[in-house]
Amino acid sequence: MKQSFRYGMLVTAALVSSIALAPDVFAQDAAGKDWPTPAGSVNGQRYSTLNQINAQNAGKLQVAWTFSTGVLRGHEGQPLVVGDTMFLDTPFPNTVFALDLAHDGKILWKYEPKQDPNVIPVMCCDTVNRGVAYGDGKIFLHQADTTLVALDAKTGKVAWSVKTADSSKGATGTDAPLVVKDKVYVGVSGGEFGVRGWFAAYNVADGKEVWRGYSMGPDSDTLIVPGKTTDLGKAVAADSSVTSWQGDQWKIGGGATWGWKSYDPKTNLIFYGSGNPSTWNPSQRPGDNKYSMTIWARDADTGAVKWLYQMTPHDQWDYDGVNEMVLTDQKIDGQDRRLLVHFDRNGFGYTLDRDTGALLVAQKFDPAVNWATKIDLDPKSPTYGRPELDEKYAPGHNGQDVNSTNICPAALGSKDEQPSAFSPQTGLFYVPTNHVCMDYEPFRVSYTAGQPYVGATLAMYPPKGDTNMGNFIAWDATKGKIVWSDPEQFSAWGGALATAGDVVFYGTLEGYLKAVDAKTGKLLYKFKTPSGIIGNVMTYEHDGRQFVAVLSGVGGWAGIGLAAGLTDPHAGLGAVGGYAALNQYTSLGGALTVFALPQN
Amino acid sequence: MPNFARTLLITLILTASGAPFARAEMPGDPAAVSQDDGKYADKDGNPTYKVGPDGKVDFYSYTGFVRYSANCLQCHGPDGLGSTYAPSLVDAFKSLTYNEVVGIVAGGKKDVSAAQDLVMPSLGENKNVMCYIDAIYIYLRARSTDAIGRGRPADHEPKPPGYSDAENSCMG
Repeated sequence: MKQSFRYGMLVTAALVSSIALAPDVFAQDAAGKDWPTPAGSVNGQRYSTLNQINAQNAGKLQVAWTFSTGVLRGHEGQPLVVGDTMFLDTPFPNTVFALDLAHDGKILWKYEPKQDPNVIPVMCCDTVNRGVAYGDGKIFLHQADTTLVALDAKTGKVAWSVKTADSSKGATGTDAPLVVKDKVYVGVSGGEFGVRGWFAAYNVADGKEVWRGYSMGPDSDTLIVPGKTTDLGKAVAADSSVTSWQGDQWKIGGGATWGWKSYDPKTNLIFYGSGNPSTWNPSQRPGDNKYSMTIWARDADTGAVKWLYQMTPHDQWDYDGVNEMVLTDQKIDGQDRRLLVHFDRNGFGYTLDRDTGALLVAQKFDPAVNWATKIDLDPKSPTYGRPELDEKYAPGHNGQDVNSTNICPAALGSKDEQPSAFSPQTGLFYVPTNHVCMDYEPFRVSYTAGQPYVGATLAMYPPKGDTNMGNFIAWDATKGKIVWSDPEQFSAWGGALATAGDVVFYGTLEGYLKAVDAKTGKLLYKFKTPSGIIGNVMTYEHDGRQFVAVLSGVGGWAGIGLAAGLTDPHAGLGAVGGYAALNQYTSLGGALTVFALPQN
Repeated sequence: MPNFARTLLITLILTASGAPFARAEMPGDPAAVSQDDGKYADKDGNPTYKVGPDGKVDFYSYTGFVRYSANCLQCHGPDGLGSTYAPSLVDAFKSLTYNEVVGIVAGGKKDVSAAQDLVMPSLGENKNVMCYIDAIYIYLRARSTDAIGRGRPADHEPKPPGYSDAENSCMG
């Protein structure tokens, strides 16, 4: 902590003596002038205290400047701003730029790794990267080929680099690392390649691995402490992961960890989610498949698991549990609670006590969700915490080679990785969601290292009777209720930003940057950027002026349907409107667009 | 696995010739002229589809749809229509021959430049693909001529008697 703080002060003192960095970025509740971590603050709220842009003047926003990244693939992720410098990275080849905000975004340095292009096809669903992290005077990047590299933030020179996994076996790096104190945390992609997921901590100073906790395997691998680690308040038994699989299937069990990470300085816990079990054919992997689809709370120093909760035991739908864990302090039934809120791919919004892992709220955040009727919230019930399945929509129940139809949500979830934002001012979450259903047919699949290991065919389409494939919603996590909902023609795949000006921002697949009223959802401003937005909006202040920035560049999972559009198997001929192809609205292109209010 | 050996040979020939723009061959007339255990062939002996007047498709086209959607859709998009990072196969199959397709699938393909990083993996050792390569080819050939539309074929011929044994022996 001290080291990075010292560097922060040094840079600040040298470049902008009038601006002081907050004393401890890791304990900050919200972003301010800087945006120093992927989510603005380590609690994952994507909330900024800046309020120059507010609900009254947001309609006057203008484009202040733009920057082309030179890469055409899908741009997930977001820039960071520390002092006078903006840092951003691109999809493969994972170029990193440092831009000088004091000189119209002049390029201070550029880092372009040389990576084996053979890693490209083992990146399921586009060659995305979700951003860089900052700390200890360094910029951290988890490259596609699973090289974790630390760059000197001032020069871009490589300080150290380590390999976190083997990309020839299907493991890839797409996640944004998170820096806390003297460590940098990373996860891995490759659930569709039979990779066994893990989450690891490296020393920011020299890249030495400090600990690594696997998503499945013996306790010595998962860092679960039998008798101490709790699952919904109960201590877990020895090797609880291994015993939930048949034979040694856990060795290729999936549970990738490519989502967002958050941290609570009070308990020193780090939170993240694990993804789907491999394969997508549930009949081939009987059991609960622990701990895929799980919320993890680990001690940040040792990796020891404090608590965990598996949301979707024995997944049959590809409902990855990797989405963001947002830490908030709110009242429930008049009581102050320290909460963790998570919008899962499976369509349920979960609210837990982040110190104990107790489940408080679990409700559908899209009314279309039908695979489960509810989550069992009765602590006395033998199925406490488990979803109550509707067998009609359970491909594993219906069997191999049977096409289960009209399952909602689709495999991409009611929400995918596109992160939500929380405003402590309104007490609401702002959530970009997908409104898409699917047919799912599992079948036998064979495993070859480094080859796709999928085992299901699926078709996706909007819910019956609807034409919109997304919604941007405001959610009360203390009650589990939608407060307002703005329909979007396509899945809302850009991450949200909440601000103290009571303006909420998000991007759409057609390429619109939208500003809406935090209280009502009323559209205040929109601008069509060069390409579809799957990146996350951020904000910063420079020279007394508030800026809002977002990366455009359509792609990712959302890009699969770009050319084709989705079909509606139930509508017959002549279905138009919501089912239109996205390529009638936008095209490839990586660009940063930065907005601000006009200067007098 | 004679099919695999043949694939390797084709790959070597294609690589050696190094002439990606030579397009002397075309896929030819897709009309089915013969049938062997539910698998149809065109006049040149290449695998092809058969769609009945009622829209019922041959079993291989149906299996091809299923296997395409599991193994190829992630890059090439639903129904072979392409995505943001891989080309449309509905278009590509208008000019690719059976041998070219098998060669590309088995050996992979690279087109990497500053702005585009198109890389198809070598799938020659992937049984989930290679055991169904003829079915996938037949399905996409039908898509390229619009003989089969988007989505899951509504009806298909029954599974041929020898199909399951052949499938099991290939998948191991």
